[in-house]
Amino acid sequence: MTSSQVPDTTAVAAGLDSHRARRRRPFSWTRLYRGAAPYLLLLPVVVVIGTILGYPLYKLVTLSFQEYGLPELIQRKGTWIGFDNYESVLRDSIFWETLLRTVIFTVANVGLTIVLGTLIALLLVRVSTWVRIPLTVVLVLAWSMPAVVAVQVFYWMTNFQNGILNYVLAQVGIGAEQHDWYATTFSKLAMVTVLIVWGAIPFVTISIYAGLAQVPRELVEAAEIDGAGPLRVFRDVTFPIIKPILLILTSLSIIWDFGVFTQPYLLIGASHLDETNYLMGVYVFLQGYAQSDFGRGAAISLLMLLIVGVLSVFYVRQMVRAEEAR
Amino acid sequence: MSVTAVRPRSAVQHRRRRRRLGRAAWNAVGIAVLVVMAFPVFWMVSTAFKPDAEIYGEAPTWFSASPTLDHFGDAIDSTLHPGFWDAVKNSVTIVSVTVVLSVFVAFLAAVALAKYSFTGRKLFIVLMIGILMLPAAGLIIPLYVVLARYGLTNQEDPLPTGAIAGVILTFLTFLLPFAVWTLRGFILGVPRELEEAAMVDGSSRLGAFTRILLPLVAPGLVATAIFVFITAWNEFIFANVILSSQGNYTLTIWLSHFLGTSRNTDWGALMAASTLTAIPVVIFFLLIQRKIAFGLTSGSVKG
Repeated sequence: MTSSQVPDTTAVAAGLDSHRARRRRPFSWTRLYRGAAPYLLLLPVVVVIGTILGYPLYKLVTLSFQEYGLPELIQRKGTWIGFDNYESVLRDSIFWETLLRTVIFTVANVGLTIVLGTLIALLLVRVSTWVRIPLTVVLVLAWSMPAVVAVQVFYWMTNFQNGILNYVLAQVGIGAEQHDWYATTFSKLAMVTVLIVWGAIPFVTISIYAGLAQVPRELVEAAEIDGAGPLRVFRDVTFPIIKPILLILTSLSIIWDFGVFTQPYLLIGASHLDETNYLMGVYVFLQGYAQSDFGRGAAISLLMLLIVGVLSVFYVRQMVRAEEAR
Repeated sequence: MSVTAVRPRSAVQHRRRRRRLGRAAWNAVGIAVLVVMAFPVFWMVSTAFKPDAEIYGEAPTWFSASPTLDHFGDAIDSTLHPGFWDAVKNSVTIVSVTVVLSVFVAFLAAVALAKYSFTGRKLFIVLMIGILMLPAAGLIIPLYVVLARYGLTNQEDPLPTGAIAGVILTFLTFLLPFAVWTLRGFILGVPRELEEAAMVDGSSRLGAFTRILLPLVAPGLVATAIFVFITAWNEFIFANVILSSQGNYTLTIWLSHFLGTSRNTDWGALMAASTLTAIPVVIFFLLIQRKIAFGLTSGSVKG
């Protein structure tokens, strides 16, 4: 009998204790303590998260039904206005355009991250050791770069004056001397995409590479001897084995990219952010916090959390399932 | 007989040669990928050590012929770019308090998850993972409103203490779920038999815990602490909202304001500042990457 099988109800616990046939302890302080132990251990986490997250979440819901701006923040009291904030947000074409833009942005970023990450992982299996080890080190190095630092470096590399990107492109004969990489909405978001994909590839590649180690060599060789080409081998042998990890990585990337804030906010730059290039995270920040319209911002936040909640269902379910299977 | 014996051998040799050629091609692709992935990091360090003439010249140099530390001096100079040492002090304070508190509190919960089965366990796990997935941007408004009410942001309290406490509490909340989850994995990695053997040999439950479990989980505790350190050090969004005046910036916020509004960007100093901000993170990350990387994908173990 392992402790992981200790049942929940006190009745059964009492039965098991007597079954254990140690001399009964007349009063069960010990048993009570044993039963309470996990809850006592969880208490600090629950208290911290409950107060610092639970209360704001409750506040988020109530705020979203209130008129709440700077005057209300100072008086600490909002005016109840029912669903007005939601109505105003859902009637706002900026909200819908931002949502659509964010969806497209997420699809592009996740697609590029997963496809390139998988290809590099497959590459890692094929290269010689003297290439694989430095390449792995470089991946970990890129992975470790703080987002704010990476933004500054990308900003410098893509600067229209003295930026290395323009220099190299001019040397090869494509592109103008002083091309502005942040001229249009599309190019701004494309730069953010390059930055995010560069930063996200290492995690994906290294996770998939670990998954590829589970692919039996004999299986691949057998398939090759039977005349399967590389594509066929990937589809029928490798892919089924790395599919679970690919699904988890994809759903994590969707959740992260949908709510991304730091990279677009800093790389596009506060003075160039407007409704033509908002992503959801930036939109909610600027509409709510920066404009001090907390009530309306809360409504947008709740809608955003709702979407991310739906997106997270698959991931959370997989994690819990794996937990129960152990 | 001999014919059939020779045929496969030549086929094998043929395949081997093709494979060797293939490997050279793959190696070339691998090196190209390496260059692309490494370039931003290389360019940051390279720029940080270059004299201005090489940064702003017609043709930039790849490696500097005469490396200089001037940009590092400029980056932390209190008149040119004020606030570096304040930011270091704030970052170190915030990060160290967050690390100590979160690892201690998370360890208790991780023991509960790994060693006990109890009603509400599944709900707790779902909540932990759910919180891990919450986008920070969506929570700024209520956190700000609540912290402002209790004087834990800049606006309400001119002294940095309140705002720094606010940041620590916020970081704690969002780092606890991850710390609980990883520590739980490390505790589960210790074979139950070891503890049981100690208890059979007459050790108390607490004795088995302190003498067997704790030393074996210690590397996991260190790895988790380092991970919490890195995440807190890098955090931008909450710190940016809660610490809105210069005296209490963290290093990350200080770096994000480095360019300010000046039109003439000092790229050398910016890259030196970036390098300084990244160094502690990179060192720690290289130490623990192997240990920590797979906590978030453990859901794929059992399809």
